[in-house]
Amino acid sequence: MRVLTFSRRTGKEILRDPLSVIFGLGFPIVLIILLSAIQANVPVSIFEINALAPGMTVFGLSFISLFSAALIAKDRESALLQRLYATPMTARDFILGYSLPLLPIAVFQSLICFITGLLFGLKLKATVFYALLFGLPASLFFIALGLLFGSVLNQKQVGGICGALLTNLTAWLSGIWFDLDLVGGPFKTIADLLPFSHAVRLQQSVFAGEFSGIFPDLLWVAAYAAAALLFAVILFLKQMRQ
Amino acid sequence: MQAIVTKDLTKRYGKITAVDRLNLSIGQGELFALLGVNGAGKTTTIKMLSCLTRPTDGDGYLMGKSIVSEPSAVKRHIGISPQETAVAPNLTVLENLELMCGVQGFSKIKTAEKTSALIEDFGLGIIRRQKAGKLSGGWQRRLSIAMALIGEPEILFLDEPTLGLDVIARSELWDTIRSLKGKVTTVLTTHYLEEAEALCDRIGIMKNGKLVALGSARTLKADTGAETFEDAFIKIVKEAGE
Repeated sequence: MRVLTFSRRTGKEILRDPLSVIFGLGFPIVLIILLSAIQANVPVSIFEINALAPGMTVFGLSFISLFSAALIAKDRESALLQRLYATPMTARDFILGYSLPLLPIAVFQSLICFITGLLFGLKLKATVFYALLFGLPASLFFIALGLLFGSVLNQKQVGGICGALLTNLTAWLSGIWFDLDLVGGPFKTIADLLPFSHAVRLQQSVFAGEFSGIFPDLLWVAAYAAAALLFAVILFLKQMRQ
Repeated sequence: MQAIVTKDLTKRYGKITAVDRLNLSIGQGELFALLGVNGAGKTTTIKMLSCLTRPTDGDGYLMGKSIVSEPSAVKRHIGISPQETAVAPNLTVLENLELMCGVQGFSKIKTAEKTSALIEDFGLGIIRRQKAGKLSGGWQRRLSIAMALIGEPEILFLDEPTLGLDVIARSELWDTIRSLKGKVTTVLTTHYLEEAEALCDRIGIMKNGKLVALGSARTLKADTGAETFEDAFIKIVKEAGE
């Protein structure tokens, strides 16, 4: 009951913030439209929609971290959390209440990317639903990052870390816009170590119906999600005690 | 039974002692003010009594329950309105009240009854559908106190309830606080001496974490031979430092 109440509040706070809607839903859509327009005017295949749209779902998820972290940081600074800590709500209620409502938002955001892709030649396949399903580990990873950063940073820092750094890391080290092999070297090594490119490859493979080779990427993303969730819970509990 | 009893309540942050062996007893229905200059230990005392921070030594008993060993039981008896307004800005006034009902685990029927009663009591009817973040400081403070009263607390903590309000808004809030006298044990911290004098049955003055004076405004004036309460306060604080 308490989780449900707090989840509803989390969802309303995020969805009623026009910036969240503009950046979270609008920005990936604009990018798909823009890059597809570029693709239409160049003779070589750079931003092929069947790879671009699944990749963009991962980029869109980076905004979920921003929404979540900004809300938690704001709740800490406005003392709303202080007020709620003096009620019978438990740590579990808070963690689930901040995390659960973001899952449907993440799925909806991914769906919007695929629907936008349809306008630019994306073929509608049943694998869209699998892509939404296999996008959950990446969603959990970004949700956990939001909980983690929101627990330790103030609102201004969240803007810098999640709004600028994380979205750029996701954009450049994910291989959405260009083939990471073309850059190679340390850049490729770092990109391979981080979860972003694995999340994109997972989405692209699942959407293409190529399930046989997904496990290394799936495990990589799932491991990052589990680790991020663990650290997020530890740090949230720590700030709660403080 | 006394509403609040503290026994050598102490909070240390490293080498700094924020609250030093506080012994205090507050009766049920009493309106009690904690005064002191910045850093006197007022807010830390409230945070310990509302189970937001754990005492380093000593204990506090609220309605007979220990803040050290029974914080969950204590939380069922208290409401808190923090120094910041602590409202959910993108929720309406009604939704903020419903949120607090939800975290208290109220049924739908009880939620409807409770929110209607508080909207009536606090005159929030005309702004019930407005987002809390768009309200004036006075309305936000009033909502904040209404939210603190949702759980039908026997003890209410008001940390600087009229900070930053204009004269009219402050006067209106004073009426609200006065209306609680005798019904809810209220502990308020304030920097406004006239507020404590006008509203409170008894006043405790803290300096450097210690309680240096305790009594009604009239008693404190008589004890110090001061004509005004402000003079009495200045004399008490200065003499305590000698």
